[in-house]
Amino acid sequence: MSFMNSVAVVGVGETDYSTESGRSELVLSLQAINAALKDAGIGHDEVDGLLRWSVDTSSEATVAANLGLSNLSWFGEINQAGNVGAALVANAAAAIHAGLANVVVIYRGVNGRSGRRYGRGDVTGRSGRGSAAFTEPFGMLTPQHGLAMTTRRRMHETGVSSRDFGMVAVCEREHANRNPRATFFEKTLSIEQHQESRVIVDPFHLFDCCLETDGGGALVLTSVERARERDGHVAMIRAAAQSGYSVRNFIDTAAVGLAPNLWERAKITPSDISVAQIYDHFAPFVLFALEDYGFVRRGEGGDFVSAKEISWDGGSLPVNTSGGHLSEAYMQGMNQLIESVRQARGESTAQVSDAQFSFVDTGIGTGAVIFERGE
Amino acid sequence: MPDKEWDRPENLPLPVPDEDSLMFWQGLSDGKLLLQTCIECGTKNYPPVSMCCQQFNFEWEDAQGTGSIFSYVVTQQPVHPALKGHTPFLTVIVQLDEGPRITSNLVDGNPENIEIGSRVELHLVELSDEVTLPLFKLCSD
Repeated sequence: MSFMNSVAVVGVGETDYSTESGRSELVLSLQAINAALKDAGIGHDEVDGLLRWSVDTSSEATVAANLGLSNLSWFGEINQAGNVGAALVANAAAAIHAGLANVVVIYRGVNGRSGRRYGRGDVTGRSGRGSAAFTEPFGMLTPQHGLAMTTRRRMHETGVSSRDFGMVAVCEREHANRNPRATFFEKTLSIEQHQESRVIVDPFHLFDCCLETDGGGALVLTSVERARERDGHVAMIRAAAQSGYSVRNFIDTAAVGLAPNLWERAKITPSDISVAQIYDHFAPFVLFALEDYGFVRRGEGGDFVSAKEISWDGGSLPVNTSGGHLSEAYMQGMNQLIESVRQARGESTAQVSDAQFSFVDTGIGTGAVIFERGE
Repeated sequence: MPDKEWDRPENLPLPVPDEDSLMFWQGLSDGKLLLQTCIECGTKNYPPVSMCCQQFNFEWEDAQGTGSIFSYVVTQQPVHPALKGHTPFLTVIVQLDEGPRITSNLVDGNPENIEIGSRVELHLVELSDEVTLPLFKLCSD
């Protein structure tokens, strides 16, 4: 019972992105939801479903009370870390397809720079408990430590270089320079600046690392029939998939396990994708995801990126067209879901022409969504 | 022999043993690196798991304590408060000759000349009666 192309994202909304929002995570969430419902042309009183990241602080009950929802009948949250965006979309689509809800809002609001900082392990640190007893006592304290391990090993196995993944950062910056919402809208980046930037956790240079951002974002999902009432193209959910972390070998990403399932559900292949958003907490993982999802073969990602094939300006597969987590904002997948919808609807600031299939990975293989442009 | 000399950042978290990992940490305190081995399939699990092959029975086998560097990272900026004043800080993954990949540190590790594939051997560092860490040092030859 697939929900293929029966459910759409009909509205997207976000706040400004800053390093000091000066307001609560709840207010950021509510402002984003208001914007998304306005974009959808759907009234607050029609929302009957809410879904959120468990790691966030604004509960469904509190959000529902502030929105004045009287019909809330389906809600929930998904736990892991920042990487559950696609899982939320998959579950919301399933709920709508099954008739459990008509209009579902997926939301988040985070003071990711002025409050709890992912980059310092504020959200993921476990004080040496559970499996962290085997990592944190040795200095594996933040997400970047484990990811740097995988990066080093893949550099060793495939010959990919820092300069290769520096081109990810450069291409994304060029996209951000077209996007007035982006944190780095007005700042350019050259490969030389990338290579000369200070090393944070070797092999990651400063410009390999994502931003830390205060902001909010929201998506409104409903049936494709209902979504057609809005003017313009419809961002239909062609397929969505999620997977748990099962990869602990410091070589592969979870996309190795997710990809067959995703492509089977979508009934298309990577070559059908026009534009991709890929979870870029760290630049090399864009390249690894391209390899592990099957857009290119293992070991070819470096050449692909160095040839600027991921650039909006002439590349064969533009990636992270809003600037991504490196140069637009780090909303842990939410801003990339929004950008993926914009591409399917033809509304991006770096619009890819004829974007029939718009792909978004929300956590290096732990979840992905493919949107199809509908009329 | 256990060593108390290694200059460990004092604010790094200490391991908190639980029911499923207690054997491992007790083994270290007794001077042994024990690998949890499934009696059904023979897999050596690291970190220890709660169940393998739908059963809960494990053997704990004494590891040789030799292996090679599988990957490593060098923390150059104190991205976590515990590493303030202790950068550059080297963290390694050692692939033991028995197979498991262990996150650890080198007691004599110089980030400048470390390489993937370098041979290492176990070097236990006793922090307290309860906690001994499985660290490594580069093989001399």
